[in-house]
Amino acid sequence: MIGFPILSLMTFLPLVGALFIFSIRGDAALVARNARFSALYASGFTFLLSLFALSRFNKAEAEFQFVEKTDWFPALGISYHLGVDGISIFFIVLSAFLTPLCILASWESIKDRVKEYMIAFLVLETFMIGTFCALDTVLFYVFFEGVLIPMFIIIGVWGGPRRVYSAFKFFLYTLFGSVLMLLALLTLYFKAGTTDIAVLLENPVARDLQMWLWLAFFASFAVKMPMWPVHTWLPDAHVEAPTAGSVILAGVLLKMGGYGFLRFSLPMLPEASAYFAGMVYWLSIIAIIYTSLVALVQDDMKKLIAYSSVAHMGFVTLGIFTATAQGVQGGVFQMISHGIISGALFLCVGVVYDRLHTRDIGRYGGLVKNMPKYATVFMIFMLGSVGLPGTSGFVGEFLSLLGAFKVNALYAALSTTGIVLGAAYMLVLYRRVVFGPQDNGDAAAMPDIGMREAAIFAPLVLLVLVLGVFPNYVMDRVSPSAERMLALYNKANGIAAVEPAAGDDEGGIFP
Amino acid sequence: MEILAVFTPLLGFLLAFLFGKQMGDRGAQFVTCAGMSVAAFVSVVLFFDVVFDSDPRTIQLATWMTAGDFSVNWALRVDQLAAVMICVVNIVSACVHFYSIGYMAHDSCRARFMSYLSLFTFAMLMLVTSDNLLQLFFGWEGVGVASYLLIGFWNHKHSANAAAVKAFIVNRMGDFGLALGVMSAFVIFGSVQFDAMFEKAPELAEVNFMFMGHSVHALTLICLLLFIGACGKSAQLGLHTWLPDAMEGPTPVSALIHAATMVTAGVFLVARMSPVFEYAPFALEVVTVVGALTAFVAATIGLTQFDIKRVIAYSTMSQLGYMFFALGVSAYGAAIFHLMTHAFFKALLFLGAGSVIHAMSDEQDMRNMGGIWKLIPTTYVLMWIGSLALAGIPFFAGYYSKDIILESAFAAHSGAGEFAYWMGIAAALMTAFYSWRLIFMTFHGAPRADEHVMAHVHESPPVMISSLIILATGAIFAGALFYEPFVAGDTGGHEGLQIISHEIEIEREVEAPVVEEEHEENIWNRFGFWGESLKVLPEHDTLAAAHHVPEWVKLLPTFMGVLGIFLAWVLYIKRAGVATRIAAVAGPLHRLFFHKWYFDELYETLFVRNAWRIGRAFSLKGDKQIIDGYGPDGIAAWSQRVASGIGRLQTGCLYHYAFAMVAGLFGIVTWFFLRAGF
Repeated sequence: MIGFPILSLMTFLPLVGALFIFSIRGDAALVARNARFSALYASGFTFLLSLFALSRFNKAEAEFQFVEKTDWFPALGISYHLGVDGISIFFIVLSAFLTPLCILASWESIKDRVKEYMIAFLVLETFMIGTFCALDTVLFYVFFEGVLIPMFIIIGVWGGPRRVYSAFKFFLYTLFGSVLMLLALLTLYFKAGTTDIAVLLENPVARDLQMWLWLAFFASFAVKMPMWPVHTWLPDAHVEAPTAGSVILAGVLLKMGGYGFLRFSLPMLPEASAYFAGMVYWLSIIAIIYTSLVALVQDDMKKLIAYSSVAHMGFVTLGIFTATAQGVQGGVFQMISHGIISGALFLCVGVVYDRLHTRDIGRYGGLVKNMPKYATVFMIFMLGSVGLPGTSGFVGEFLSLLGAFKVNALYAALSTTGIVLGAAYMLVLYRRVVFGPQDNGDAAAMPDIGMREAAIFAPLVLLVLVLGVFPNYVMDRVSPSAERMLALYNKANGIAAVEPAAGDDEGGIFP
Repeated sequence: MEILAVFTPLLGFLLAFLFGKQMGDRGAQFVTCAGMSVAAFVSVVLFFDVVFDSDPRTIQLATWMTAGDFSVNWALRVDQLAAVMICVVNIVSACVHFYSIGYMAHDSCRARFMSYLSLFTFAMLMLVTSDNLLQLFFGWEGVGVASYLLIGFWNHKHSANAAAVKAFIVNRMGDFGLALGVMSAFVIFGSVQFDAMFEKAPELAEVNFMFMGHSVHALTLICLLLFIGACGKSAQLGLHTWLPDAMEGPTPVSALIHAATMVTAGVFLVARMSPVFEYAPFALEVVTVVGALTAFVAATIGLTQFDIKRVIAYSTMSQLGYMFFALGVSAYGAAIFHLMTHAFFKALLFLGAGSVIHAMSDEQDMRNMGGIWKLIPTTYVLMWIGSLALAGIPFFAGYYSKDIILESAFAAHSGAGEFAYWMGIAAALMTAFYSWRLIFMTFHGAPRADEHVMAHVHESPPVMISSLIILATGAIFAGALFYEPFVAGDTGGHEGLQIISHEIEIEREVEAPVVEEEHEENIWNRFGFWGESLKVLPEHDTLAAAHHVPEWVKLLPTFMGVLGIFLAWVLYIKRAGVATRIAAVAGPLHRLFFHKWYFDELYETLFVRNAWRIGRAFSLKGDKQIIDGYGPDGIAAWSQRVASGIGRLQTGCLYHYAFAMVAGLFGIVTWFFLRAGF
């Protein structure tokens, strides 16, 4: 244990930073400069705190750690309850890691209303970290929904030409799901009499009720993920969002859906999860194939990567709902890895967008000549996205598929087509942007990445490779909590421990 | 030492790639070549260590990933099979590295090129030294990426980029099978670690597995899925279309990757998994038939091509077919033997072709060559050596390995084996024919290039030629030298040079009398050379049977080789011009061969265009019209309509409201009455 409330500190430090920036007054240029630095310091220090938490995280422990609990509304039994386990800790580190990078990435590209922009990002960070720390359903809901507001503003104010349409689409889509989730949370409260997640985990509700609750949660998390067919807000939101907004959107916000499945659906509603698993598999498979094909024909770089995110999240949902050790850990790892890789890919798009102000793939070409460093960096993330062994992209994808294969070989076979299609759209993108003759004069004149951009990419490149070769740093910490969750799941479904896949519909060996 | 053999190329890559600018081209060439030389030297030492002291070993490096009961390590497994592969890879790669110094002398990105070559070598070494299927997959994909980078090395060319992407994606289709194979292996064996799998294979020989609603033989399923992967990487029929296009890469790449090493990964995979394949007879049959068809089809295409590198590429594909049907009839030793000899003579042929292209100012079309043999005599002689080895002319390397493959196929006495034998014989004829067609068109006859080019024809620099000479030595002697240890059974049929295999020979003589009685037990270790690394069931022991086939079976391949050369001589020297007339007479057949059996066109219409069409339909129809149209946009439009409709209701006229009230009241009353049960 640590002697101070590290989770609260991490959650609210960015908010303090935001308040500080809010109070800055004076000359516009100076305010912008101060706002940038303050935001960088606040988020940077939060990141250091998260690393400290990670270093103190006990990897043998499956239960929640760094727990903080104080009464909030004692009359209603609602408390301020924070804590992390192996499933959530890496999402917190990921959020804290990406935010300073985003602030660095916006250093020069955001020129208007810098102060407000930085405030929005820091508030967003508070909500993101809070979502992953919260162990009380009310607190969780506040953070989970709160995220929408700064993101809505970031897209709506600093976005592209169709930003208002996209922002509203994003907001309404996610709100629609959230309302249903709120109903589910209220029902849980009235049935179980508590809002404490740790308690709810241990006491599943009746099977019939689970079904309704599951669907309500599903509406919210599936939109967030996003799963097919409620994914159409994502490409629009990405296309219009500023680069840093896309990074956070793809890097962290999508993971809230997966996190929700892991925190609520599977352990609290195990029987319903088992019941609906088949539907999730099929939706995931459709997502993987459908969106990969759609990605193939896009002419907009950001849209292409956005669709690839939907496909990659398909592997996550597929893995999680197999309820196998491989599937769940693969799903978690895939989310973390996708957070890094897709975030990095959006940054890559941002680099050329800053120079040429277009996302049209056809306007680029032959960049390897004038931007060799950029080409190398982009290549590494492209290969990571393709799921090349040795990059982090492979581990999650493969383990998820392995989990799926245990349940039913057909699911695995259909989903594995994703690795062919994924290679196709990414390589085509890369080829059109980076290789080929230099047909466009202005694209050929762009300078290579500078020091600031190199500083942003360096840690991302390193992480993609290190996690690809030694993923066990993450796996070791995820696995106790994942196993504990699976134990709850299996107990409720009456499946004997160890071999969760044996009794499933198809698969398994028989002589 | 194992670490040195595998990781020095990686070090070379990292240094040359990251600090290429600082150290300059010379520096990059030096570090990569030095790294490869060290690796090549160490691997030879390792070979003697492992093979002659019968000391296979596995070194665990680190854990890769653990999830539940799934756990995989990074490890170096150096057994006899791996030792042979390491040697082949490192030696050929070292030759290619040195050759590239000369060949790429005028390129502006030499450092990058050298670093990619080293990266490729490293990936290939990780592949062959893997002790589990997943690390093998790592190396497998690693060589895929390196090959992608090298094929597209001249990335300003559209054709090079297209070829690179095509190579990667077609390989990925194979990987689709391989990945599923790895997963099924885990589900069935409970592990993807080789030793654990091999141990369990015999007891699982009778087990079935539910796959896509059908109950299938578990081991056959694994083997077939892995074989799909092997087909992709080794360009077997169906997934071969990338290999000829890969010739867009610089010639050293073609030599290293698309002849000597990467494409043999599939052969290695099947050989490595021999303890599992042995219990999946149906899978072996499939391997045999696919291999035989590949050998035949590729040879027919090779007959008609004009690009010098493509001819050699199709011959590579055809030779890979030989290796596969050797694997299919359980003659794993023969397949690896051919893999090794082929690595030498095919690298030699490619680099020789490169030397020709270099001399002809980057001309690759044989129709624009001719009459240059006097100008580049060394290259000419070396090409002859390579071709003689390829055609299987006695006492050159290819003769030993190809013959033993064909004899094994015949000795299998199965339908598939016999089919493979005759396909192989036909391919042997064609191989010899197109090899000499290549030599005659390139070197003989009247010069067809313009004067400018002809004036420039020059022999390659010594750094290139010396690499060629090393390879030529291999192409001449490797067969005779290694015949005995690699493939000779308990009754050696041929006389080979036995310097190296001396020790083994002595052991064998001691054991010889016992062999007959303890056939079944001893058979596992009969090939002292391979130790435990290859496994053959007693009833599949075609290599031993190969020595007892009728004499005509042994002589036919050689005869075909000579006949092929003779025919080529008649058609291209004696009566030049007849060839075109034959092509015209056999119009449809010639077109079929020339257009590569229309595989590319078929795939283009079937997969590529449809993928794009479906993608567009999903994007415009699915997402925009259906999901958005009925979803968010539809609801938004609908709510707007409803809102404006309701707005219009507010008319402000009293009698409208009164009417609505009465109607509402009437409705409520009716509903109550109905509910009450009228």
